[in-house]
Amino acid sequence: MRLILDLIRRDLSLMMARPGEWLMPLAFFMLVAILLPFALGPETDLLARVAPGILWVGALLASLMPVATLFAIDAADGTLDQLFVRGVAPETLAFSRMLALWAGFGGPLLVAAPFAALLLGMEWALLAPLLTALAAGALGLSALAVAVAGITLGARGGAGLVALLILPLALPMLLFGSRPGDGGAVGLAAASALLLAALAPFAAGAALRVGRS
Amino acid sequence: MVDLDFHALANPLRFKRLAALLTPWLLISGLLLLAVGLWQGLFASPPDYLQGESVRILYLHVPTAWLALGGYLGMAIAAATARIWKHPIADLLVQAIAPVGALFAALCLVTGSIWGRPTWGTWWVWDGRLTSMLVLFLLYLGVIALMHLHDDRTKGARMAGLLAILGTINLPVIKFSVEWWNTLHQPASIRLSGSSIHPAMLWPLLISAAGFALLFAAMVLIRMRLLIAEQQLEMRALRRAARAG
Repeated sequence: MRLILDLIRRDLSLMMARPGEWLMPLAFFMLVAILLPFALGPETDLLARVAPGILWVGALLASLMPVATLFAIDAADGTLDQLFVRGVAPETLAFSRMLALWAGFGGPLLVAAPFAALLLGMEWALLAPLLTALAAGALGLSALAVAVAGITLGARGGAGLVALLILPLALPMLLFGSRPGDGGAVGLAAASALLLAALAPFAAGAALRVGRS
Repeated sequence: MVDLDFHALANPLRFKRLAALLTPWLLISGLLLLAVGLWQGLFASPPDYLQGESVRILYLHVPTAWLALGGYLGMAIAAATARIWKHPIADLLVQAIAPVGALFAALCLVTGSIWGRPTWGTWWVWDGRLTSMLVLFLLYLGVIALMHLHDDRTKGARMAGLLAILGTINLPVIKFSVEWWNTLHQPASIRLSGSSIHPAMLWPLLISAAGFALLFAAMVLIRMRLLIAEQQLEMRALRRAARAG
């Protein structure tokens, strides 16, 4: 427990030291919300109707950005080896990194989401359920990011490979989460996010073990 | 004499010999069954009273859908076997199944689309079952991509296996979610408890499904032999390099 907290604190302070890491996904998310009205036209009714979907797509695409560096920096400078030599289980590392990413990616996202919703003229009544779904969804997306970062560590292929692996698995969250008018759907989005959060540390841990052998 | 023991099969060379022995039988019997099933389905069976002649493509469509799904499950089981028992053949099986399964998923999507045009009046609808087959196809592509994008072949196969396992656990959730989302496709007509299809249509379907299954197995075995041969070549090159150095 102590170890997990220490690992999370380390990740978050590193994130603070490199503001680009959490600012870039945030900027990307806002850009999606700003660009889509240009593609769809400025009709307020249409924008208000598709706003939850746009915010979800923005969150989904933004979550792809941290994956490339999630374990790669630590693998390159030897931190990963140091941690494993000291007996930190790969699963523990993956679990704490998932939580750190949830805070570092999901937190700013939740702050920005109301502004994006404002730009798109979304109904205010939908804001609370949408934020709930996004909060849970950010955990699920962080889980997928950690799992895929582990599986692709050391692979060529870059962003395209990451997108190909993450997007199909994120589909249930996207489907349920972008219907904030339906209370049951928000619950199901949270449930599928939690399932991913339960699986991902083990998948990432197994992948990190394979990478070391 | 070929020994059909789980551990005996762990020897790739023995497996390769067994595969070479089995492949022609599977291939020929698969092609024969497929010819009978498709002839029955395409010419001898009655047209559907609602769908007319277009029902005939389903003798292709349904078996490919079953095999694409079954192949994915088989791939995940092979991946789990490789992880748990470190069975050397299981890693290869994951790599052998992935492209064949992707091919069947693609065939399923294409035949379904051709069937949908006259029946539903559109090439594609965002229906639950279509979407989940599309996701299955994408998962196959992800497994194939992982296999090739790791420089170390064994590592690539293990990572691909992890994705296959993760995908299998998530498939029911994906299937449930897209069906909750939107459904136009008819529910399954054949269940374990029985079938609602008339025997005149059911038999050709089952025969062509069996034919496709044998072909699937033959293709996987051919790929297994290819992968083992590639491994042998690599080893030989390494040995030669060691001797020269």
